[in-house]
Formats: sequence, structure tokens, C-alpha cells
Amino acid sequence: MVLVFAEREGNSFKKSAYEAVSYGRDLAESLGTTCVAAVIGRVENAGQLGRYGAHAVVEHTGAGTDVFEPAVYTAALDEIAKSQNCDVVVLSGSYTGKILAPKLAARNKAALVTGVVELPDMSSGFTVRKSCYSNKAFTTVQLNAPNKVLSIIPNSYSIKEFPGEATLTQLSTDLSGSSMTQSLEIDKQAGKVPLTEAEVVVSGGRGLKGPENWGMIEEMAELLGAATACSKPVSDMEWRPHSEHVGQTGITIKPNLYIAIGISGAIQHLAGVGGSKVICVINTDPEAPFFKAADYGIVGDAFDVVPKLINRLKEINA
Amino acid sequence: MRSKFSYFCTTLTEKKRDMKILVCVSAVPDTTTKITFTENNTKFNSSGVQFIINPYDELALTRALELTEQQGGEVHIITVGDASVEPIMRKALAIGAASAIRVDAQANDGMEVAMEIAAYAGDKGYDLIMAGRESIDFNGGQVGPILSELLGYALVNIATKVDIENGRVLATRDIDGGREKVSCTMPCVVTAQKDLCEPRIPNMRGIMQARTKPLQVIPATVSSGSTAYASFELPEAKGAVKLIDAAEAGKLIDLLREEKKLI
Repeated sequence: MVLVFAEREGNSFKKSAYEAVSYGRDLAESLGTTCVAAVIGRVENAGQLGRYGAHAVVEHTGAGTDVFEPAVYTAALDEIAKSQNCDVVVLSGSYTGKILAPKLAARNKAALVTGVVELPDMSSGFTVRKSCYSNKAFTTVQLNAPNKVLSIIPNSYSIKEFPGEATLTQLSTDLSGSSMTQSLEIDKQAGKVPLTEAEVVVSGGRGLKGPENWGMIEEMAELLGAATACSKPVSDMEWRPHSEHVGQTGITIKPNLYIAIGISGAIQHLAGVGGSKVICVINTDPEAPFFKAADYGIVGDAFDVVPKLINRLKEINA
Repeated sequence: MRSKFSYFCTTLTEKKRDMKILVCVSAVPDTTTKITFTENNTKFNSSGVQFIINPYDELALTRALELTEQQGGEVHIITVGDASVEPIMRKALAIGAASAIRVDAQANDGMEVAMEIAAYAGDKGYDLIMAGRESIDFNGGQVGPILSELLGYALVNIATKVDIENGRVLATRDIDGGREKVSCTMPCVVTAQKDLCEPRIPNMRGIMQARTKPLQVIPATVSSGSTAYASFELPEAKGAVKLIDAAEAGKLIDLLREEKKLI
């Protein structure tokens, strides 16, 4: 059976959870088996995961599961997987998934592939494609163990809708004794679209000349329902927070639309955003390497071009 | 009064103890490398490629050195690979590691690397095991979390800040859309993210000393990994960029709506 970890944020599921569940359902169908979703901690209406492809949901609400803790969550996920006899486990490659996938694989001597970008191919053994060389290439990996753990890059699989609700089972073993780290404080900007989940990203570089000029980037992002990002120099100069830095040493993103403003497109930046489905580049330098990786380009000054884009967006929204 | 005061002094000094830190390093192609493949796309083409210490591993090493400078203690590095990785190990020694261990194996995957390191480190009493958040070649992000599981140590993954206070690890890690401050006891595994520290450039004295620092080679203990890279491919080349005149920039929005149905 295929088990999918459905990550929650407070009382509700993250978008990446629905994506992982839809991926798990399609994988289960190609393996001729069922898809079970694993929920750790309490959530409103866990049965709704049926609408995204889960046949069944197992909710673990034992003591210790309120707040994410690596050892506790690994134990909970492992208990759910064993209770359902699951041999393939799917997780989203969120910051939580980046911890749980390797830990769970290590416990079960499973074949582990992280950074997965599509459904596995079962025509000769069990192979799956993953991103490598920081988005500069892909590799097809053969999984040679009976237990398998796959972690998929957020935004690489479409959410699908299915009829019906899933059956719900509860587990409640006390896991508080497994805890090894203590959470002291969480610093999160409420209401903002997380970069890795955003479908549209507006990103600014050194061409914007200073942090005081980000107003128009934020305005455009708001009109598009987009998240904001920045290049490495911008985060190094502390014009923008480190959490917005996309690129090889920053966050890797895969939005449907990436709009780069005043970013030249160094190979290290492309490594973090090259997986975007459509790329628009606005730069004063017609020789900027980013134009070679772009679908649409405007050679021009950001201070002239961006207000025009904002005006057009306002006209459309009006 | 006097005895109380001396007791107070001892507890203060006891809290500061020598640390033993193991840093896992791997050799990766330089970040500016143009990636190509050979042997019918089954192998990475390493001809003419400059190999460097994985940048995240270098951050882990630098922070480990800073911690032992504050707390006292020693940093050792470990790598899994053949003799071709020794130049980057010498560089790690030049940056300041006291000694180096190379597990003589061509590992297939992160699981195998982590199992080799766990087999070595298990009984050595390290307070901290540090590594990069991921290597920039296979981007697995596996070694740190697997080590924490195999050794039963606490884990702080993708850390942007690590300090030792009163014998505890105080750290900040990246989470989706923000950061979390955590605390845990040692032994602990910490993986390094950008912002953890500024990398150090080895000085001449360090480079000279590195030549005589111990570099131990030990045999592999793990038979083989459970995954294999069957083939590689480069992303499809993009078609030519569609240029829009800056004077009519608003047209971009219309094209995204009409051609791509994105807005």
C-alpha cells in the first residue's frame, strides 16, 4: 500500500499535502493498490483528503504530536506505515518532509529518493526521475529495496479532485517520551504565501538599486497573488530577508510563473529557479544571460516597465 | 559563604567543556560548472571540472571551528570517497580541522554515505556531528537526518544559527515561510544552511600545517546502497525568448493571460 504524509499547518492542511495525496493516489493506481494518507496531530475534517485521492486516512493524535518534533513525527509516521502495511511512502519535500523522509527511510532500510519531479516508471523495475546538479540536470534513479520512500519537490505535481470522503482511523499512542528537541519560538509572517508553494513569484535583483524601491515589487506581487523573492546579492546586502533568497544557495522554487526584475541570471540563480514553467525577465542589459532562459523578455528599466505592468494589471482587475 | 562562592565558580567552569565535533564533507563540482554527461548519459563528465568542498559543508566546518574556539575542543572531518577527494580534504585541514578520515568507498547514495559515517562515528563520543544541508550535486539532503536516526541523536536540520549555551545546543532552523528557534541536548546532528557563518579562506600557515595533519584512510563497511543512478539528462532547451518593447510593457500581461492562461 502507498502511504502519503499529509502535512498540516495548525488546523488545516498545507497545499503541498493535497499535491502529495494526488501523487500518492496516481502511484497507488499504477501499482494496483490503495492510497492511505497519514495525518499527525489534530486537524479539522481529515476525511476531506478523500477528495484529493486518499482511500483512507489515519490520524495520529497521541501526546507529543501537537508541534512538529523530528523524532516524534518520525515515530508517528512509522507507526502509521506499519499499522497499514505500507511499503511505499510519499512525502512533500517541504522543510518538514526534508527531515521525515530520510529518517523514515533510515529506520526501515528503505530505498530513498528526494527531489522527485514525476510519477515513477514501473516498466523495468521501479525508477523515478529526480532533479540534480541544483536544477541543472535530471537523473533517473532505480530503487532496489522492498521499502521505498519518495519525497517530491513542491509544485511539481497537479492537485486532482476525486469524489467522496476517505474512511478515518485514529491512533493515539503517547509519543511524548521520544521528543529530543524543544521548540522555543516560531517566527513566521502570517498571511504571506510561502515561496515554495507560490504559483506566481515576483523577484527583484540589484537592478532595483535599493530596498526603498521594493514597494512596486510588492504592489505587483499583491495584484498577482504572488510571493516575493530576491537574488543572492540583494539578500547579502540585507535589502531583503534571507528567507526570500532564491538560487543555488537559497531556496529552490518551481512556480508556474517567475518574473525576474533587475536580475542578470547568473548560473547560480538559474539553478534555483530554472524549473519554473514560464519565466519573464525584465532587465536593462540586452546581453543579460537570463534572457536565454526566459520565455518572455523586456529590455528596459524596471522603474519604467514595472509601473506599466501594474497599470495593466489594475485595468484588468477593474 | 566562601564555599558557596567556589561552588558557583566550579559550575561556571564545568559548563564550558571541550567539544568534539565531526564534520561530514563531500567533493562537488564548482558552482559555475557547465554540467555534461558521458558514456551514453550514464556518468557525470568530470573532465576539466574543478572540484570544491560542498559549499554547505564548508559552512558547517567553519561554524564547527568557531564553536571549538569558544568552547575548546577539536574538529575532525570525514568524507566517503576514493583518493581523488584528498585535495578537498587537505583544504578542510588548511581551514582548521585537526584531522581527517576518508572512508575508502564509492558510495551510491546518501544512505550509504550516512551508514559509513555512522559506523565510524558511533563509538567515538562526538558531541556534534555537522554537515551541509545538502550537496549541490545530488541535492539529496539525506546524510544529516539519516545520521540522526541511525545514531539516535537529536537533529537540527537546515540551521541558520547554532550556539552552545550551558551545555545545550541553541539553534535556529528554516521552516516553510519562516524560522524556528529550537534547543536540544548533545549529542546532536546539525546541518548547515546559508547565514550560519561566513566561510573562511585558509591562510598560508594553515596550508603549511595541513600537509602534516593526519589523514586516515579506513575501509568501507557497507556492502552497497539500495538505489542506483540509471541515467542523466539535461533539461530541454528553452525556445527563443519573445521580446516585448519596453514602451508597450503592459502587453506582457496580456500575453501571459492569452498565451499561457496564467493571470
